[in-house]
Amino acid sequence: MTIQTVRNLRRASQVVFFAVFLWLILKTTFEVDFSPADVSEIGLPYPVSLALQFDPLAALMTLLASGTLYKGLLWSLVILIPTIFIGRFFCGWVCPLGSLNHWLSAIRSERMARRGKRLLEANRYKKYQRIKYYILFFCLGAALLGSLQAGLLDPLPLLARSVGTALLPTLHTAALALASAGRDTGIGPLAAATQGLYDLLGATLLPFRQAHFHGVVVIGIFFVTILLLNRVFTRFWCRGICPLGALLGVFSRFAIFGLAKDDKECNACNRCLLSCQGADNPDVGSKWRQAECHLCLNCQAACPEGALKFKFFPNQPDSTTNPVGTSRVDVTRRKVMASLLGGVAVVPLFRSGNAFEVKRSPTLIRPPGSQPEDDFLGRCIRCGQCMRVCPNNALHPTLLESGLEGLWTPYLIAKVGYCEPTCTLCGQVCPTGAIAELALRQKVGDEDTPPVRIGTAFLDRGRCLPWAMATPCIVCEEWCPTSPKAIYLREETAVDRQGNEVTVSRPHVDPALCTGCGACEYACPVWDRKAIYITSVGESRSETNQILLERQRA
Amino acid sequence: MERREFIKRTGPAVALAAVTGTTGLVFHNRETTRRRTVLAKTADFEVPPDPAIPTLTSATNDDPVAALRAALDAIGGIGRFVHAGETVVVKPNVGWDRTPAQGANTHPALVSEMVRLCLGAGAARVTVADVSCNDPRRSFLRSGIKEAGEVAGARVVLPSPEDFVEVDLGGKVLTSWPVFRYFIETDRLINMPVVKQHSLTRCTVGLKNLYGILGGRRNRLHQEIDQSIVDLAAFVRPTLTVVDATRVLFRGGPQGGSLDDVSQENTVMCATDQVAADSRAAEFLGLSGHQVSHIALAAQSGLGSLDYRSLGYREVV
Repeated sequence: MTIQTVRNLRRASQVVFFAVFLWLILKTTFEVDFSPADVSEIGLPYPVSLALQFDPLAALMTLLASGTLYKGLLWSLVILIPTIFIGRFFCGWVCPLGSLNHWLSAIRSERMARRGKRLLEANRYKKYQRIKYYILFFCLGAALLGSLQAGLLDPLPLLARSVGTALLPTLHTAALALASAGRDTGIGPLAAATQGLYDLLGATLLPFRQAHFHGVVVIGIFFVTILLLNRVFTRFWCRGICPLGALLGVFSRFAIFGLAKDDKECNACNRCLLSCQGADNPDVGSKWRQAECHLCLNCQAACPEGALKFKFFPNQPDSTTNPVGTSRVDVTRRKVMASLLGGVAVVPLFRSGNAFEVKRSPTLIRPPGSQPEDDFLGRCIRCGQCMRVCPNNALHPTLLESGLEGLWTPYLIAKVGYCEPTCTLCGQVCPTGAIAELALRQKVGDEDTPPVRIGTAFLDRGRCLPWAMATPCIVCEEWCPTSPKAIYLREETAVDRQGNEVTVSRPHVDPALCTGCGACEYACPVWDRKAIYITSVGESRSETNQILLERQRA
Repeated sequence: MERREFIKRTGPAVALAAVTGTTGLVFHNRETTRRRTVLAKTADFEVPPDPAIPTLTSATNDDPVAALRAALDAIGGIGRFVHAGETVVVKPNVGWDRTPAQGANTHPALVSEMVRLCLGAGAARVTVADVSCNDPRRSFLRSGIKEAGEVAGARVVLPSPEDFVEVDLGGKVLTSWPVFRYFIETDRLINMPVVKQHSLTRCTVGLKNLYGILGGRRNRLHQEIDQSIVDLAAFVRPTLTVVDATRVLFRGGPQGGSLDDVSQENTVMCATDQVAADSRAAEFLGLSGHQVSHIALAAQSGLGSLDYRSLGYREVV
């Protein structure tokens, strides 16, 4: 097999893995034409979070932070163990964000190639590439104290989150707006064309209903910035920031596969540098860096003299006399220790300020089946799969609702959507067990077990129609899904403005029955600030965030 | 400066000024609101009355399909309501994410049988639609109505935002409101409610089931619930009302959940008089039509008759 063939295989591999990743995100939704075998317990037809379970960084960090390797995360060994032997093949052949950066950089490189010298210099190893190792060790330090911060920068959750909560909903809004504008023009063909575009997107990319996610503009800007940086530096993200790339770089320390350079054949044309992805110094005059190489094979394919060759057991690396290469990661022990300690220190900093056991947040309503807050923050990689799969658009990424520590973790905004009592999809798609997978029977409860509660409903009598305005309403009671209903009514006498006594049904909440699903808040017609609302108190996952004594008993 | 040069040099500025000024004038509007397109349309899908045929029939049978057939035959058969080449919309109650046994939604067997009957009568297309309260995907799936409709050969449509049209309903409290367009773009409409307790209206049957053609923020309608139900019933006149009283949710309505709140009644009713149907159905909840204010108001407004027995009510077994 020629090197060109192998390189084409690599290109095909990038396309296939990117497509699979995207397809899995697209399938993380409850589709209209979906017919499960058992309608009483709805599950998705595909393992939509599979790609995230192949993530060694997520696996390592959740292992450190929570003490266990959850379910499918064992798949990550399929990536990690080959990396130990051959190096960062994942970055060059598999990673969907890496491929995206690769393609976007390539657009720029074509243009810049005319001024080859600058590109050549840009593709030499730079010191900023060490940053990713310090990020990795910082995240490791935080994970040691039970706080999973790697998810913010881990490319797989990052891409899933950005595409699922920012990119696709933005596309949806744009397509709807375009179709509406087309209709409003009253010009038949234009209306048909814009509607046709919307229908096409609806059939391919968009979910059943438009999702709106809280504060997602930050996620969107972050993602676009990562992509745009490729215009300035080739694969800046992969080379300088990515903690998963750093982890794989560290694990390739003892690789037996690598680049062999033949300095007798080399005539220093530097073509190898022009298309180098990892900035790992493939040229003969400088030291090749195993930990930076993505195994894209461009250098070998570009070499006209046949001086470069990837093979097993290449020339002995790391000899001081012959600068053929090194498998060492270019970091200093001091800075690694400093990063690690920084990560260790940041956790008490987070938690002393935003101590969730002290400063209870009423709005921090976690998905049903969520672990207690400290364990939750040790598992959630912020991939946004739960938010995307939620049929009611109830789950949203936090901004500061759970502190800076919990940035972009899921929380429920009942005003936008409530928790469907018989739905267990968020727990099904969670790749790390931050949200436990619940059986329907567990979620709704039975004679022996209480239902899963995510909060408790409260009335704002100053805004509630029957309470404040002597006006009939009781939509909350209509929507209350528990049996018997947690919201009950009392016929009470109110006095209207004219002084007449009128009888109205007024809602009351029985906290012993309320599961905090938020259907009442969602349905309340006092649209902007609801007259009935849920707060986190009473949530099953916390032993202390409770009101009633009796409710704790089954 | 030469005249020619003056024209040459001021020309572009004058042209841009002309375009700018014209744009301002064309789009100038003293109103602060943007006009919305409102579709005014009556939705009368009734068939001509026939004095020889009762306006309300009721059949009781352990088999819901047999009960439906018997009640329908007694009111003139499907051929009276659906004719060859017509499009039909069947409107069951698919409001809630509940299973058939929980009694919150219309029985799926009745829906599929109704679809089959319409197609058998030569209907060009039968559509099953509702605007659910809970997520429509879950509601249509778990109620069994999506499968029931599709298996029988109907098109099942779930509401999506672009399928709503602004309609002038011409009521006292219901004026301009978004309506799911399938319910007005049809030749025949068959309303298939289920009988349930409701804390505000006491009972919900056919008249209240018509809420399900509306989109928008219909929770606000609860403040004037009786009048808004009557307004809607005056606007949309179904061809036929088929009341599912096979199971009756007598407590915890309208979405229920507990099987303890459901009683087995094994009854299906067919009516050309919506008020009569509701009045009879209210009896399953121990009420009479007079006690249910929206049914009484509908009768007062001339939409039908509370005293169904005087109008040739027929019970078949």
